[in-house]
Amino acid sequence: MSSPLIDIRQLAVSYRSAGQVTEAVKNLSLSVAQGETVAIVGESGSGKSTLANAILGLLPERAAITAGELHVEGVNFGQASEWQKRNLRGRTIGLVPQDPMVSLNPTLRIGRQIGEALILAHGRRYAGVDADIVELLEQVGLDKPVLRARQYPHELSGGMRQRVLIAIALAGNPRLIIADEPTSALDVTVQRKILDHLQQLVAQRGISLLIITHDLGMATDRADRIVVMKQGELVEESTPRQILQAPQHDYTRALLAAAPAFGTRRKPRQHDDAKRPPILSLHNVGKVFTLPKVKGEDNHFTALQNLSLQVYPGQTLAIVGESGSGKSTALRIALGLEKPSQGRVQFEQQDITHLSWREFRPLRQRIQLVQQNPFAALDPRFSIFDSIVEPLVSFGLLKGEALEQAARELITRVHLPVSYLDRLPRELSGGQRQRVAIARALALKPDLLLLDEPVSALDVSVQAQILDLLLELQRELGIAYVLVSHDLAVVANVADQVLVLRNGRVVEQGSVQEVFEHPAEDYTRELIAAIPGQRLALAS
Amino acid sequence: MNTDTRLSSLSAAAPPMVSPWRRRGRLQRVASAVLPLLRRPGFSLALLIVLFALASALVPQLLSSFDPYATSPADKLTAPNLLHWFGTDEVGRDLYTRVVYGSSLSVQAALLAVGIALVGGLGFGVLSGFAGGRIDAVIMRIVDVLLALPGLLLALAIVTAIGFGTVPVAIAVGVGIIPGFARTTRAEVLRVKTLPYVEAARLGGASWGRTLLRHVLPNAWGPVAVLATLDFGAAILATAGLSFLGFGAAPPAAEWGTLIANGRHFLITAPWVSLLPGLFVVAVVFSLNHIARTFEENSR
Repeated sequence: MSSPLIDIRQLAVSYRSAGQVTEAVKNLSLSVAQGETVAIVGESGSGKSTLANAILGLLPERAAITAGELHVEGVNFGQASEWQKRNLRGRTIGLVPQDPMVSLNPTLRIGRQIGEALILAHGRRYAGVDADIVELLEQVGLDKPVLRARQYPHELSGGMRQRVLIAIALAGNPRLIIADEPTSALDVTVQRKILDHLQQLVAQRGISLLIITHDLGMATDRADRIVVMKQGELVEESTPRQILQAPQHDYTRALLAAAPAFGTRRKPRQHDDAKRPPILSLHNVGKVFTLPKVKGEDNHFTALQNLSLQVYPGQTLAIVGESGSGKSTALRIALGLEKPSQGRVQFEQQDITHLSWREFRPLRQRIQLVQQNPFAALDPRFSIFDSIVEPLVSFGLLKGEALEQAARELITRVHLPVSYLDRLPRELSGGQRQRVAIARALALKPDLLLLDEPVSALDVSVQAQILDLLLELQRELGIAYVLVSHDLAVVANVADQVLVLRNGRVVEQGSVQEVFEHPAEDYTRELIAAIPGQRLALAS
Repeated sequence: MNTDTRLSSLSAAAPPMVSPWRRRGRLQRVASAVLPLLRRPGFSLALLIVLFALASALVPQLLSSFDPYATSPADKLTAPNLLHWFGTDEVGRDLYTRVVYGSSLSVQAALLAVGIALVGGLGFGVLSGFAGGRIDAVIMRIVDVLLALPGLLLALAIVTAIGFGTVPVAIAVGVGIIPGFARTTRAEVLRVKTLPYVEAARLGGASWGRTLLRHVLPNAWGPVAVLATLDFGAAILATAGLSFLGFGAAPPAAEWGTLIANGRHFLITAPWVSLLPGLFVVAVVFSLNHIARTFEENSR
């Protein structure tokens, strides 16, 4: 290979806003050769997306290349005209965007959207559009490509949409594909299938692949070379094997420690649970939803079937499953937000299956929920203080000075500075907001905390911090957790018992050790195999 | 671990505090939100104009030394000068004074109208957004019917039904803009109702009433408040319009709409009689719109 496809030398990109200049990328040198797979790893705010935008020539108005050079196929992007850049986009560089849910135009059929990319690449009078659309859809592994081309985005699942986006990226027959967090919005097993497929396509066509991710585990699985970025600077660049075996930089080491796949599994704790009655138990719970009537379709949807589980005081039960497996329904039934169609729910010795809202209210002091999305879980108009003490105020437990004291204790509990009490949620990062949500759930000193995907919206390294906090709280306060997650890797380090759900049915149930070391079902094995970062970890 | 040790470990975790954190007062928080806005010249100017209109509605005698009803035929139709800032009308009354004294009726009418619209619209909107089902359907169909009629026409019909005068005109205008408020409020309530933090509040033991007052209303309030400020201007215009048509205040009483209507006979010879009160109304309405827009942008 003569000259690299992408050649970046001492690049600096900065944002101007209100007279201030922020350097998002500093002094970065990088080159990508034809056919190579390179992964850029970093947390949010590390400048990796800015770099991707710079390579695409799509930097926002406020940002500019301030120093260094950026060559794509020999064209210097620092000086290139918009027309030159547009010629490269699609034809030389393809992009697989981050969120498949919002990246397709909802009013256009799939075929039209792929056709758009094809016409851009091959010119307007291009005869074979329809044939090529079907062929592309076939190549990205969609069944019934002719039908899919006629469908609208909302008729497709997230994984299918991501495949369509890959087809669009491939349409211009590019020499490089940039995948910006391509699968972070998808289930683990789907993630793996799509990445496998993408890699295969890329290898067949000799395309270079630039993966941008916050997950070091995923990067080590997929890339020939890994570039670790921190605050706009290149921290380390080497092969996955070297990074795993001998990381040079402290930051890489911290990232490695945070990645759940590489973390050391916690030793199973000894419990004398035989003597203690379970704090929460579900007996043969089922839930059937009635859907609006559509001709020729069954209007009943079984979300949950024959689910039995026990949670013991001070222990963690993890419910693992993909979207649609009924794990959130199980949580909502336990919380009394949803009535089960059959079966019983018991809290300690009390049957709470058919309690009315009013009757359930005293129990709210004992069971609390931490929600999935920390960005929507806090009232944007409430200061952190108001959010944290809200349950205390609702129950009328504390007032005035005592309330402020309680708020100070709670916020210290979750390791946030006391001064944050005056802030508003929008002034906090995702991880900090999740800490606040946890503090709010702790306010009533519950015995049981239900965690609905508590870390799925966060970066891998922040995930580790939140999980550590949860473990610490459990150690000190003896709270029982029910942890719902789609990610087995998260569960492995935290849970005592694991329950695997699929399509509303229990696939496997047992202690963490049993499930991870001797999985009885194929589905569980598939889930375990889908944890990123395993290939090399197993090999080494 | 039992509950007692848990309590003590909670308090033990708090480190010794150097300067113990205190809760900020409500006033401090409002001040920190409004102060940066005051640095914008456009916003400050708009605020000044609105404050002037409010002051003239409350204490007109402080802003002008003339009598709004004292005629002086010798000075009739004087062009604006240092003594008569807005000039005089056909019977020699000082126009500036009449505009200032007219504020009281106009602003009262607009406030009443927006007040009616706010209370009615918020009430209906929250009710149908929260209750849902049949109640929602019935309220929204009525609102649809009201929305189908042009606002001014509806107001005309109401005024002819309940009689002439400033207060009936205000009521008519207010009822005319209720539907828009109800729709906006309902949409916002529906949106906020399903947000995770509302569920979190419910799970934290808050009653529906409390959740409604503390979470749903404040978060649904933004667009409605902006609409209220915008419609305040619209209400001033609508009352002025109805007064112009002769449904409002009876002749000697000063009111912005009647003042403008008065001048239409002298538009060529003495344009200021219509023009200056008209410009004043425009300035007030513009200022209100500007304030509304600033708040809207800031809340984002």
